[in-house]
Amino acid sequence: MKSLLKFITCGSVDDGKSTLIGHILYDAKLLYADQKRALELDSRVGSRGGAIDYSLLLDGLMAEREQGITIDVAYRYFTTDHRSFIVADTPGHEEYTRNMAVGASFADLAIILVDAKRGVLVQTRRHARICALMGIRHFVFAVNKMDLIGFDQQRFAKIEAEIGALISELSLENTAIIPVSATEGDNVTKKSDNLPWYTGTPLLAYLEAVHVDNATDEAGFYMPVQRVCRPNHTFRGFQGQIEAGSISVGDEITALPSNEQVLVKSLHVTDKEVKTAQKGQPATIQLDKEVDVSRGCVLVKDANITTGKSFLSTLLWMDDSELTPGSDYLIKLGTKLLPGFVTEVKYKIDVNTGEHLATGSLKKNEIAVCEISLCEKVVLDEFKAHKTLGELILIDRITNMTSACGIVDSILDDERNRSDRVSFEYQGLKARGDIFEEFYYNTDSFSLAKYKPAAHTYTIGDAIPVIGESYQYPKNLDILVLRDWTAISLRDQKITAIKSIDDYEYTGVPISNGRGFAINVKSENELRDFLADYQKVNDENEAELLNKWVSFDTYRRVIFHSNYWEI
Amino acid sequence: MSELSHLDELEAEAIYIIREVAAECEKPVMLYSIGKDSSVMLHLAMKAFYPEKPPFPFMHIDTTWKFKQMVEFRDRKAQEFGIDMLVYANEEAIKLGVNPFDHGSAYTDIMKTKALKDALKKYGFTAAFGGGRRDEEKSRAKERIFSFRNEEQAWDPKNQRPEMWKLYNTKINKGESTRVFPISNWTENDIWQYIKRENIDIVPLYFAEERPYVLRDGNIIMVDDDRLKLLPGETIEHKKIRFRTLGCYPLTGGVESEADTLDAIIEETLSAVSSERTTRVIDSEEIGSMERRKREGYF
Repeated sequence: MKSLLKFITCGSVDDGKSTLIGHILYDAKLLYADQKRALELDSRVGSRGGAIDYSLLLDGLMAEREQGITIDVAYRYFTTDHRSFIVADTPGHEEYTRNMAVGASFADLAIILVDAKRGVLVQTRRHARICALMGIRHFVFAVNKMDLIGFDQQRFAKIEAEIGALISELSLENTAIIPVSATEGDNVTKKSDNLPWYTGTPLLAYLEAVHVDNATDEAGFYMPVQRVCRPNHTFRGFQGQIEAGSISVGDEITALPSNEQVLVKSLHVTDKEVKTAQKGQPATIQLDKEVDVSRGCVLVKDANITTGKSFLSTLLWMDDSELTPGSDYLIKLGTKLLPGFVTEVKYKIDVNTGEHLATGSLKKNEIAVCEISLCEKVVLDEFKAHKTLGELILIDRITNMTSACGIVDSILDDERNRSDRVSFEYQGLKARGDIFEEFYYNTDSFSLAKYKPAAHTYTIGDAIPVIGESYQYPKNLDILVLRDWTAISLRDQKITAIKSIDDYEYTGVPISNGRGFAINVKSENELRDFLADYQKVNDENEAELLNKWVSFDTYRRVIFHSNYWEI
Repeated sequence: MSELSHLDELEAEAIYIIREVAAECEKPVMLYSIGKDSSVMLHLAMKAFYPEKPPFPFMHIDTTWKFKQMVEFRDRKAQEFGIDMLVYANEEAIKLGVNPFDHGSAYTDIMKTKALKDALKKYGFTAAFGGGRRDEEKSRAKERIFSFRNEEQAWDPKNQRPEMWKLYNTKINKGESTRVFPISNWTENDIWQYIKRENIDIVPLYFAEERPYVLRDGNIIMVDDDRLKLLPGETIEHKKIRFRTLGCYPLTGGVESEADTLDAIIEETLSAVSSERTTRVIDSEEIGSMERRKREGYF
């Protein structure tokens, strides 16, 4: 079976994108006779003096033919003996950058045209940057119009160096640079005699052979729920497309955001009942018990996917009206559509130099890193970890225009980081380092807030900071991290032991729990009583245990502050 | 884990789109034209929601000039699948005697474009699925999967909403609507391969059979009923012919063919020298005729 390659052509105006694709279709005998005849007729009135103008095959809109430019992305389908292709031919004008981005979001590979006479231009760099942003991992730089520079190897080498610099700047991984002439056909479908110094393959042969790895390295299984299927009272299935991994009847999965553990009772792929379903398939999943799952929820297994309300996003602004921070939009992320705010534009990225520029607003075709806050927690992840849950669009609430698209760079209230950002580790033992949390009274929201310091792992021999903004610990302290059943001994600010609480012996040194709250025990017997009480603890009586044995204010206090995340 | 085939990928994409519309759009309808693409669309809709029935009705815009076998097929399928099939015709124009012989391109505008717009308005549908494919025609190649239409149901090709990844923007204001094309990325060949793989029933007119026809302006026009009046010099001929697309019989040219099985049709499609729409009389009228129709609300 032939594989499918989805690719785009992009680059600056008049770099010959449409001509290149037109030429491939024409040369590879992929046109129907009527299309070919129409092309030959159209070309007679065109700008090439009767010679075939291959771009006319693609510029299908009346305005495009009138103006001789590409306005919107055009899709073409062709098959060679080796592969099936869908190509999105994209516009080169800066004005239509958003249409170019539409093509980029669809493709696995990008052909970026570079005019041999002009070299790498701002628009070349813009397009390469947007392709990389949209998640394209394979790039071909086609240095076009080689005929117009007399197939000059030196000139090509110079452009090759410019492209090389762009490749390293954007950290592009899978790249090729091919000299071509789209109008004359050199190195398009067949190797050109005019370029004897070029030893690589011609463009079409490269596209036929390039290995685009569709099996990404996304962890685990996940399926965003599109809808609940309820044909009758006995059947309740969750329908969606599996985005990564595979799932089988009997597997234990987690429903997010409710975090309930459930078993897969039955599985359908379209209308067929199956035992296993995999990435890319449209599935219907029945679970073994009633759970709180609806559109926008995500079913996961071993995927380490989180929930969050607030994140940093690289946005491409696509609307004529500017973004102003604080305005609210509808945000679509996965299958969830909900209101959210762009709370802050952190910085703009100069498409040419990659420089970070301070800005308060965002205009059409600009790229910026922004902070976004949603009205409720949603299931999401970083674009680089789980692509589908890291893609988003912003919809204007009045015009309904798709105002921006973007990717999730990092989640600001990531729960995965909450439990083990700082930890104590020794010989397979690992305990969370919540003793370094800072407690604040948020003067904006009149509520308690806390802040977690940056990730760090401490082990035996390390000195630890005993004084923070909202805590001050004695230099000698034993920390009992009960949830991890680990004891950490601190002597003169240094860790001298990390061991199981089973092996811990009371020596009269003050004791705190894992959060830095003092445990008020004065003897080995009292400690034994405390631990016995702890073993009996459950959700309802945990507060009772803490009130009996633990005090907050021995080593800690609350600082007044604004702008920290609520607990 | 094995890679999905090309057809599996196209099927998954279409089903995803169909489910998104059902989940997000207020009042969707699936346009059903009885042709092979509509047969594939109906099949995809049945699969998308299984074991539930599609949660929207189907609608056929009847010009009253469709092939007889098409109408029979439509009614049989609706009953077989247990789906809600609406049929709408421009009764006013029928009374006035608008027909494809005397009214040229105005016929398509009145009986198809206007009828469709009126029907969507009458029922208040906010989203209409169509079986348009990007490989059919140059202006279609430029259209989004979710194609936004203003209050006049017109398409603005110069100002289409960006469509990123699978994040379809279905939001509209009152009076506006969306046309949705789930099989945008399928080619004619994909359609046939899928019909074969899934064993989808199609109108027999696609298979070569001896049928009565006249040769008119180079097109093979089947004599489907006695409303087709012979012009001077025309005679009814009988040969094995078949149709690559189906529409109103006076406007749909057949091709001479021996292809009476799916395999033979696929073989013929792969080696075809003309694109399928050459057999549609309306497309060749003028450059950009399809774009003009679409701007005015045609599918």
